[in-house]
Amino acid sequence: MPVSPPITTPRAAAVATPAPTILRVPEHTVEIVSDSGEGAQKCGQIFGRVSARMGNGVWTVEIIPAEIQPPARTPGSASGNRIRIGTEPVTNGGDAADLVVAFNEQVLLSRHRLDALADDAIILIEDMWADHTNPEIRTAWTEAMAEMGNRHYRFIRVPMEEQCLQIVDDARRGKNMFALGLLAYVYDRDPEKIIELIADAFRKKSEEVFKSNVDLFEAGLHWAEDNMDIRIDVPSHADATPKVVMNGNQAVAMGAIASGMELCAMYPITPATSVSHYLGDIFERHGGIVHQAEDEIAAAGVAIGASYAGKTAFTITSGPGLALKTEFIGLAVMMEIPLVLVDVQRGGPSTGLPTKVEQADLLAAIFGQPGDAPHVVVAPATIEECFHVMIAARRIAEAFRTVVIVLSDANLATGVQPFARPQLNERWQAAPIDLSPVDNGTRPYEWDVETGLSKRIMPGRADGMYTATGLAHDEESHVAHHPDVNQRGSAMRSRKLAALQQMLQRPSVYGDETGDLLVVGWGSTKGAIEEAVDRARAAGASVSSLHLRFMSPMEPGLREIFAGFKRVMTIEINFSDEPFDPMITDENRRRGQLAWLLRANTLVDIDCWTRVPGEPLRPGRILAAIHDRLAWGV
Amino acid sequence: MTSCCSLLTYVEDDERSFTMEDYAGAVARWCPGCGDHGILTSVERLLEAKQLPPERTMFVSGIGCSSRFPHYLETYGFHGIHGRALPVATGIKLRRPDLHVFAVMGDGDCCSIGAAHWVHAIRYNTNMVALLLDNEIYGLTKNQTSPTTPIGHPSNTQPRGTLLRALNPLTVTLGVTNASFVAQTADWIPAHMYATIEAAYEHKGFAFVRILQRCPAYTDSLFVDAVRNPAKNQLLEHPRGITVPELDAIYKNRMPHDPRDLDRARALAEQTDDVLRLGVFYRNEALPCYDEVRAIPALTMGERITRLNEEFDRYAV
Repeated sequence: MPVSPPITTPRAAAVATPAPTILRVPEHTVEIVSDSGEGAQKCGQIFGRVSARMGNGVWTVEIIPAEIQPPARTPGSASGNRIRIGTEPVTNGGDAADLVVAFNEQVLLSRHRLDALADDAIILIEDMWADHTNPEIRTAWTEAMAEMGNRHYRFIRVPMEEQCLQIVDDARRGKNMFALGLLAYVYDRDPEKIIELIADAFRKKSEEVFKSNVDLFEAGLHWAEDNMDIRIDVPSHADATPKVVMNGNQAVAMGAIASGMELCAMYPITPATSVSHYLGDIFERHGGIVHQAEDEIAAAGVAIGASYAGKTAFTITSGPGLALKTEFIGLAVMMEIPLVLVDVQRGGPSTGLPTKVEQADLLAAIFGQPGDAPHVVVAPATIEECFHVMIAARRIAEAFRTVVIVLSDANLATGVQPFARPQLNERWQAAPIDLSPVDNGTRPYEWDVETGLSKRIMPGRADGMYTATGLAHDEESHVAHHPDVNQRGSAMRSRKLAALQQMLQRPSVYGDETGDLLVVGWGSTKGAIEEAVDRARAAGASVSSLHLRFMSPMEPGLREIFAGFKRVMTIEINFSDEPFDPMITDENRRRGQLAWLLRANTLVDIDCWTRVPGEPLRPGRILAAIHDRLAWGV
Repeated sequence: MTSCCSLLTYVEDDERSFTMEDYAGAVARWCPGCGDHGILTSVERLLEAKQLPPERTMFVSGIGCSSRFPHYLETYGFHGIHGRALPVATGIKLRRPDLHVFAVMGDGDCCSIGAAHWVHAIRYNTNMVALLLDNEIYGLTKNQTSPTTPIGHPSNTQPRGTLLRALNPLTVTLGVTNASFVAQTADWIPAHMYATIEAAYEHKGFAFVRILQRCPAYTDSLFVDAVRNPAKNQLLEHPRGITVPELDAIYKNRMPHDPRDLDRARALAEQTDDVLRLGVFYRNEALPCYDEVRAIPALTMGERITRLNEEFDRYAV
């Protein structure tokens, strides 16, 4: 395995410091946390991207403050990034941070209280608070340090404010780049590559802003060279495969363009909105428009109107918006109009956890419409799949004349990971719309009795005129008057899902095909589940996992796969009753949503372990759940 | 690749001619005496007069008696869900500027459940004709108060009389930024109705027409005075609006009104007596149309790949 050259010797130090200890590790997790508005996120994003460019595996997780303008120096103000880097590809945010840059002790305390830091974490902390002129701040510092005293954190005090004030008047606007310099030294990140990314971020503001940010970055780098006694080497692969690095919402946007879709209708909702920020910036250059509608319902209506009359359009939303679009989803299913709907899931119900991850829209996405409204639901599991799923979704929506709901989530939306650069293909794109005259006698729903499939007739085609209707209708789109008509139409729409299911491949098991326990997951938890399974297997447990992409229809062969294991359980980020909770019996226990679905579909007694912490599931917690399950007996 | 330009070329080659019968769809199933029958006839006359190719003519509706409209025409039709005709029509027109788009709504559809879309459709000012078939009641679901039901009129939901003053669709429309064509007509004066719908069709922008429409089952009494007594109908006349000389002999209550005058249009729309004002209240073609603002050149598949590859370069590792 080729490994990057060893860490370079530090610049000739102004002060004679002993050569730093170099810790070579296969992976390391970094957090940078500041008060909201101090720019830790920008620092983390650049650190993540430069690490990807240097060939490391990377996964980033956003740390989001609890309020719009939280008071400074409070645990609720913590804002920043976790960046996990590795020699091998990294698939999730991991368990605990090994190194933290904290702009004050209160934001650090919030991470401590969330159990987000390793017991021996190295903590680079702003030095100005311990001896602050304000006695309240000094007390807060002392109390925080005492609270964290039960751990073996190693604190390195850094005069960030003092150093930054030599370059800028307001250190709040500069510490993030100084911190980036610290990290660049500790992890030996290429300064040239970082300066390119600083240019990307700041040059559009002004040359002056760019220059002062570079100065701050270099000041951090030099301070670390002169003062740090430890460096961390996470070797990287020299990998010839071209890669790109972006978050899941950017990947969704790019996938939509690559699929040839030309209209995105949306209404702002976190955490889906950033898709439209990105598309709003670039879509017109790529032949498409973002229509910001007056509400969620209108966004669905505009997308359906556009899809009905032209190429398939899409709409993006999150849980509350999915609820509002429900009636239109039913209409598109009934009229057999293609539509792609991306639901970037957040915590619910109601406003719930609006910026945080949950996987609790699964059953609503499949069954949320009144009446029987069969349609397709798919869930990408990685950032890379967020790109490719859009191409598949557009194609399925058109071929099967139905709605395809793509279930992403806040973890995929904001997570950043490098992946193989897609080799774009014209066949991914929608064909030009067909406006040729319709053959005499062709009906708008010329259902193939075997598959339920029929060809769409678009307005503009001579001799094809008909009125599409949400009323029960026959092949000619004539409203039902005979009792058999609704039975037949319902069967035709349902049969399309069976036809799609027959085209799907049996999913492959991660690990052995037989064993004591099979863990089943869906969506963004794939990386964390597989890491936990690896660790359990390394400890001798007989565990495998299975990750599903198609939620409706479901992939074939599940019952057969489940038969190879003594016990099957799902792991999901949604709520379920614990088997030993008060009042809970096997009869009244409400289970995880995938567990519910799989039990109904396979008649296998499937267990679940689910949590709704408002953050991605950590592999260590999943591992503990696996061990618990095995300990109860299989 | 399909683009607006190629679509337009294909239209210009058209040598067909169409009669009113060519536009007739299924037999209309409204009640005898319903005003919708006459509105349908006016629209069929317009389609014939303008020789609109049926396959490029699009009627979008919501839910209600009036929303059955598309079924009774031999054009493309979209009979969608309650209140949501306008977003669907907007989506269609955005991607298919070559289509002649008409939205047909009832008073509950447009002014109640779909009110948000109505307000914003006015502001988008997308090129289309929006017909509000206003019978001042929910008819399909059997006699419930609608936003335009006059105060005191009993219904099944407010049997001791409608509780609130009626919403005035004209003042609402005239109050919204970008209102570009606002007119009112009545189903009992077919010549006026035809002239109004024609003016709406000729208008560039979102043309809103409120058509007062008799419901023989539930609101006959509300319109009976105006139907029987021509003096209760005041026709707004102007060369920039509409003039219907054939009505001069009967409808003598006329008022000149230049539809460029928005303040006066608003004042006239505030009905203070029991005389109905019919005609074009406001018309302004200088306002930007959303479908034109959002028009973008079509890309070839190859161009799309080239440009997306350039975008990927920005994210290259």
